[in-house]
Amino acid sequence: MKVSMRVNGREVTGDVEARTLLVEFLRYNLGLTGTHVGCDTSQCGACTVHVDGKAIKSCTALAVQLDGGDVTTIEGLAKDGELHPMQEAFRENHGLQCGFCTPGMVMSAVDIVRRHPEPDEHTIREELEGNICRCTGYHNIVKAIAAGAAAMRRA
Amino acid sequence: MYDFNYTQAKNVDEAASTFGSASDASYLAGGMTLIPTLKQRLAAPSDLIDLGKIGDLEGITVSGDSVRIGAMTRHAVVAASAEVQKAIPALAKLAGGIGDPMVRNRGTMGGSIANNDPAADYPAAVVGLGATVHTSKRDIAGDDFFTGMFETALEPGEIVTGVTYPIPDKAAYVKFPNPASRYAIVGAFVSKTGGEVRVAVTGAGPCVFRADEMEKALAGDFSAKAIENIKVPADGLNSDIHATAEYRANLVTVIAKRAVAEA
Repeated sequence: MKVSMRVNGREVTGDVEARTLLVEFLRYNLGLTGTHVGCDTSQCGACTVHVDGKAIKSCTALAVQLDGGDVTTIEGLAKDGELHPMQEAFRENHGLQCGFCTPGMVMSAVDIVRRHPEPDEHTIREELEGNICRCTGYHNIVKAIAAGAAAMRRA
Repeated sequence: MYDFNYTQAKNVDEAASTFGSASDASYLAGGMTLIPTLKQRLAAPSDLIDLGKIGDLEGITVSGDSVRIGAMTRHAVVAASAEVQKAIPALAKLAGGIGDPMVRNRGTMGGSIANNDPAADYPAAVVGLGATVHTSKRDIAGDDFFTGMFETALEPGEIVTGVTYPIPDKAAYVKFPNPASRYAIVGAFVSKTGGEVRVAVTGAGPCVFRADEMEKALAGDFSAKAIENIKVPADGLNSDIHATAEYRANLVTVIAKRAVAEA
């Protein structure tokens, strides 16, 4: 089946099977391997991307369902060689250990700030419900998101 | 995942006619249960009919004494709706506690009730508020809709189009979530509308049920104290690695009391 969507600001099309997941389309058809598959059972959130501005798990959506959609992946956050304020905050605060969950954490974090421009620690922890860090490095991730939210307000 | 034929329906009639001509079709709503099920090869439909682009199935309308929610309305939309928060705050809270933020951005009310997972949240609201389920063929009383574990009154091919929830005088939903999945180990939706009290329990049994004895006690005295000694029988309740039937039976009273106190 033919599928067309906008990915990181670029119009893309591809030939996929009906059963092709969005994450497979991103990684295999488009080569955007920043979006990770952690659990493949819709729990860990490593595959989080934005579709029409909202965070979703790309391992739990079919590419064909999102035909015509506007997708942003981790590769689409930085602009003109400058890290997105949330990426910069993760770097500054060492919001990662092994880094595998980080793309999903950052994409979720940007969605959290969309809904809660000034999130307190409790809100951040609640809102990270759908993102699992197997290194259990949550403390610095939470700090990074608070700092990233502040930086996004200034930006 | 086995492959299937995929159709994006433009409207409800087209979806139903495609369903009728397929050998073994499934409707696809938000896909938060169906897609993981397909990935595990626990289901292998010949056709998936996607309801995601049928705009008529989305939206929230508040009239004088009720709230109508379209079947394809996402949980995040219900949770964030100022109108729902004002009319039935318990319903907005329920929607905001389903799964996690990414699941709430995709998952739909219609998908939740049509699937009727024993631990799903929405069935508790439908029964707990005495709502009416609208389908492509008819209206079904909430009390008659959920018929057993993953079973509903829906006929093959029938599509949930929306649910109308009467606005109660007061209501609350409290759940004891599984710490990993956030599904309800036990959830209780309690409402009071005039002299009528409803207590709908999800997660505890194979299917949502009403705790009649609690309802009677609360009709006389709407307080947590009125139900503190009322226990539902453990017979027939769910028992699994997370909680035994006896544990769930006890939890029903605990959670129902919390819901009454919060209402």
